[in-house]
Amino acid sequence: MAEADETLTVPLDAMHRSLGARMVGFAGYAMPVQYEGIIAEHLHCRTHAALFDVSHMGQAILSGPGAAEALERVVTGDIVGLKPGRQRYTLLMNGKGGIVDDLMVANLGGHYFLVLNAGRKHADLAHIRDHLPAGVTLTPHFSRALIAVQGPEAGAVLASLAPETIGMRFMDAIETTLEGGRATVTRSGYTGEDGFEIGLPAERADALATALLTDARIKPAGLGARDSLRLEAGLPLYGNDIDETTNPIEAGLGFAIGKRRKMAWDFAGGAAVRSAHDNGPARRLVGLRAEGRAPVRAGATLVDAKGNPAGIVTSGTFAPSLDAPIALGYVRADLADDGTSLAADLRGRPAPMRVTPLPFVPHRYAR
Amino acid sequence: MTETRYTKDHEWVRLDGDIATVGITDHAQTALGDVVFVELPEAGRAVAEGEACAVVESVKAASDVYAPLAGTVTESNADLAADPAAVNKDPESGAWFFRMRLAGRDGFDTLLSAADYQTFVQSL
Repeated sequence: MAEADETLTVPLDAMHRSLGARMVGFAGYAMPVQYEGIIAEHLHCRTHAALFDVSHMGQAILSGPGAAEALERVVTGDIVGLKPGRQRYTLLMNGKGGIVDDLMVANLGGHYFLVLNAGRKHADLAHIRDHLPAGVTLTPHFSRALIAVQGPEAGAVLASLAPETIGMRFMDAIETTLEGGRATVTRSGYTGEDGFEIGLPAERADALATALLTDARIKPAGLGARDSLRLEAGLPLYGNDIDETTNPIEAGLGFAIGKRRKMAWDFAGGAAVRSAHDNGPARRLVGLRAEGRAPVRAGATLVDAKGNPAGIVTSGTFAPSLDAPIALGYVRADLADDGTSLAADLRGRPAPMRVTPLPFVPHRYAR
Repeated sequence: MTETRYTKDHEWVRLDGDIATVGITDHAQTALGDVVFVELPEAGRAVAEGEACAVVESVKAASDVYAPLAGTVTESNADLAADPAAVNKDPESGAWFFRMRLAGRDGFDTLLSAADYQTFVQSL
């Protein structure tokens, strides 16, 4: 593992700098936060397509007899029932019902392809390996590149490079040939738009990114736009909205617990999650909209109409597609209904906010 | 006659008589990125040198703007409420933040000259 003071670079580092990116440190990597500007990049993704370098995320392969059963010991999803060529969003759990990470798992036929959050990937490896029997191996491929192409025109652009992607639906996963070599392509992402994530060896990342950016429909977008897009889509960010102290039920992620898994609750922390499910959680993660234009940021405390403590904001930004501030936050369960009026502490003054259905911007997946 | 000076907090200060007009520099708006909201002080507010008295919000973060010198706020730029993005387009002129009557003229000369501010920015 890298020393704390050593900043890692992604395979496309030189390309980002040549495109005028502002680079920032994120999870130990130098990453592009923006190129021309967050709002322009965000809106281009919603109307055309954007390329995101997410190579800081961890790719790994799980293989061996009984791999799916073994992974189920620590994740909430139905992995045994995940068909070849399909991907699933799932939660890696600790013994107390807290979330160690949220991740994607794809069945590539004979082995499983995992995509882990950058800041969690090393901890995830150790945690999953603790639960693997002999014969099942988890192999990190952390030096590989991961390129996301997101937006309503992503499908048309990628089809010109890889015709096999044309028939893919949301959450399909294939291994195919792209720019002269093998690549793993999933139809998924983190923006609420249709799109793909493409994993491939680092040395071919530049050729793929260059080919994609040659198409005028695609522009590069940084982590800034990625954050505002995911927040509009109501998608939680690990470390902000979910962590080892949050329970999947209170986080609104009950959908990530497989039907069969909800019968048996036989994953790490299952008893605690079942209790929250059966009895109802004490707090819930909700969408919040502010009345004015001032963004309410993570860490702002919330009070109810009587001024009593109501919760805390965990993510907040200005939503370019809505031209208004939005936030996610945990509130007391009795205050989680849509339309509930709350107030956030904004520099010592109350900022009126209202509980709002998620997502803020409708998902447009290729189902 | 007017003269413009700068602070290490990336504000510009333009003095006209005993009224100082304050805004943020082009370097500051570039570093902030897209400005989406500006909170300005009310006229009549007395401010100490270095006191946080305005807030500029980009998509990603909020940043304080400080009173460069002691004085009393006389006016703030109401146009920025409707068009905060003006801070990105015209930071050192039309998108001024507030005006203040300085408590004394002496402090103004201690602020950075344009050349010294450029040297400071290049050292960052």
